[in-house]
Amino acid sequence: MKQTRFIDLVPHIVLIVGVLIFAYPIYVTLIGSTWDSATIGRGGLPLWPGGQGAANYAQAWAGEAGERAIYTPVRTMMLNSLVMALSIAVGKIAISILSAYAVAFFRFPLRMAFFWLIFITLMLPVEVRIIPTYKVVADLGLINTYAGLAIPLIASATATLLFRQFFLTIPDELLEAAKIDGAGPVRFFIDVLLPLSRTNIAALFVILFIYGWNQYLWPLLVTSSGDMETIVTGITKMIGTGESANDWHLIMATTVLAMLPPVAVVVLMQRWFVKGLVDSEK
Amino acid sequence: MATVEIRNVRKSYGPVEAIKGIDIAIQDGEFLVLLGPSGCGKSTLLRMVAGLEGITGGEIAIGGRVVNELDPKDRDIAMVFQNYALYPHMTVFDNMAYGLKIRGIPKAEIRARVDKAAEILELGRFLDRRPSQLSGGQRQRVAMGRAIVREPAAFLFDEPLSNLDAKLRTQMRVEIKRLQDRLGITSLYVTHDQVEAMTLADRILVMNHGVAEQIGTPLEVYQRPASLFVAGFIGSPPMNVLDGRIDDRGEAVLVPGGQRLLLPQSRPTDAGRPVKLGIRPEHLAAAAADFPGGFSIEIELVEALGADTVVYGRLPDGEALLVRMAGIPTVRERDRLTVAPQDGALHLFDAVTGRRVE
Ligand SMILES: Nc1ncnc2c1ncn2[C@@H]1O[C@H](COP(=O)(O)OP(=O)(O)OP(=O)(O)O)[C@@H](O)[C@H]1O
Ligand SMILES: [Mg+2]
Repeated sequence: MKQTRFIDLVPHIVLIVGVLIFAYPIYVTLIGSTWDSATIGRGGLPLWPGGQGAANYAQAWAGEAGERAIYTPVRTMMLNSLVMALSIAVGKIAISILSAYAVAFFRFPLRMAFFWLIFITLMLPVEVRIIPTYKVVADLGLINTYAGLAIPLIASATATLLFRQFFLTIPDELLEAAKIDGAGPVRFFIDVLLPLSRTNIAALFVILFIYGWNQYLWPLLVTSSGDMETIVTGITKMIGTGESANDWHLIMATTVLAMLPPVAVVVLMQRWFVKGLVDSEK
Repeated sequence: MATVEIRNVRKSYGPVEAIKGIDIAIQDGEFLVLLGPSGCGKSTLLRMVAGLEGITGGEIAIGGRVVNELDPKDRDIAMVFQNYALYPHMTVFDNMAYGLKIRGIPKAEIRARVDKAAEILELGRFLDRRPSQLSGGQRQRVAMGRAIVREPAAFLFDEPLSNLDAKLRTQMRVEIKRLQDRLGITSLYVTHDQVEAMTLADRILVMNHGVAEQIGTPLEVYQRPASLFVAGFIGSPPMNVLDGRIDDRGEAVLVPGGQRLLLPQSRPTDAGRPVKLGIRPEHLAAAAADFPGGFSIEIELVEALGADTVVYGRLPDGEALLVRMAGIPTVRERDRLTVAPQDGALHLFDAVTGRRVE
């Protein structure tokens, strides 16, 4: 009995230590966002909340100017990031579910060639094709637009592959039953395939939203005006090069705000796909 | 309600010929069972009627209209699949209603038809459930319901009962029979279970390697099998087949064990012809040891099935001989036993082609 207790305890301790290590920086950020810049600037950040929280957040949210530099207000950056992340998530899911449908259910000439073409994009991460992509986007006049931010990131195959694998598990008879019931390809897609893909769509949405939200390199390249700034690039720009002191209180408040949408998406969608997994109809 | 005509229908997959020319006209309201071993092409033929598989050669007509080029939805048929193929995310009601909805049938009528089908199939309580919340038998019924509500010209069944346990299968078999009698809809039913075939069919089409070995009523197929293949496939345990030769006067069959079995009528033209002699195990009966034309066997195994007993015997020349007797066993293993065929129990087949010799 004693022994098993001990064995039970070890993983718990490891987990608790792990959580503390991971959570500590977030805690510091949270605390930091409630003190004034002078306190943080002195280097001795207390580990309890200060009284400046409301003011800091208000300033970060709407303010144009910090104490030492001029920033894009967080609400603008959040909106930009939100548009980008949503476009990427929705766009990628829409495109990949359709192309997976084509590849998995239809016979057409060069079908496998198309499949491999899609597949190859997997092997080329954004960073590798960034210069040609930049050129294309610039020539199309999409610099400093939402389209320029999102479209190049939408084109990639991960989700296509996942949907294709899922579609291959759907028995042929289901498609045949639908054919006999009189459903054409579009109806079958909307009435049968989409509802069956719910769980996959929810899971992919979470992953792709966070992927889009956290984009750094690409937004840095294709946005130059302050009103197209996304929040991730914005935060790094707020941190100076070391020549001047930073508005740490605002940076921390901005960081906390930047975390909220991904957390919200995970929390909201988690309900969805856990539910999907529990009453799985497969 | 309609006739289904299959005229010299062929199907090739590349160089492989799966269906090698099948002809049959199915009457309005008839229940036709396609029976045959695995891989003989039953499903392929059914799926060609459904429009799920292209037709390489020949013609299929439903209700007098050639449907070769029609989509499944335009053929006015309904199909029940082996794995039911219910829409997992829809309720039982929606599963049955889906085809009607697509055809733009008014809501009130959909409701009425589904309710009626649910009543016939005793599914009323389950209309709001998903397929995953049903038992195998109930799912099977939903699949039937989906076919019924469509009120099609023909029902197509592809081994609809093979995923059920034995007891449920018997029960559903009876239900399908009752349903077919009540609705009178032309049905094509694929199975490799001969009991299903015998009990359900108006006519059976026995298939082997893509050809129709025999088309006939269940009793015709049992009493007058058209070939050795049919003889071996229908009946359980299968028919005994012995090598034989018609004697010089054309009056009897001689078998290697020395027995001389009198033919019901003499056939002088066949004198000396080598044949295969078929005798069903249930048509052999115990006889006195010196009975003329009796087979003396050594008993190797006795299977008591309760209502009857199957005896696995061996003839002196080493051939196996099965005997099925009514009731509980009266013999034991390693006993010797003499059995003799009952009158009219002999089936003759051509030694080379395996076709029935009349
Ligand atoms: N898509 C295909 N390509 C090539 N050959 C095929 C194809 N589909 C079926 N066949 C062949 O056609 C033959 C008939 O197949 P079918 O499915 O009709 O058999 P079946 O009688 O329904 O058997 P079972 O009782 O096992 O379902 C088989 O020999 C099979 O290998
Ligand atoms: Mg089959």
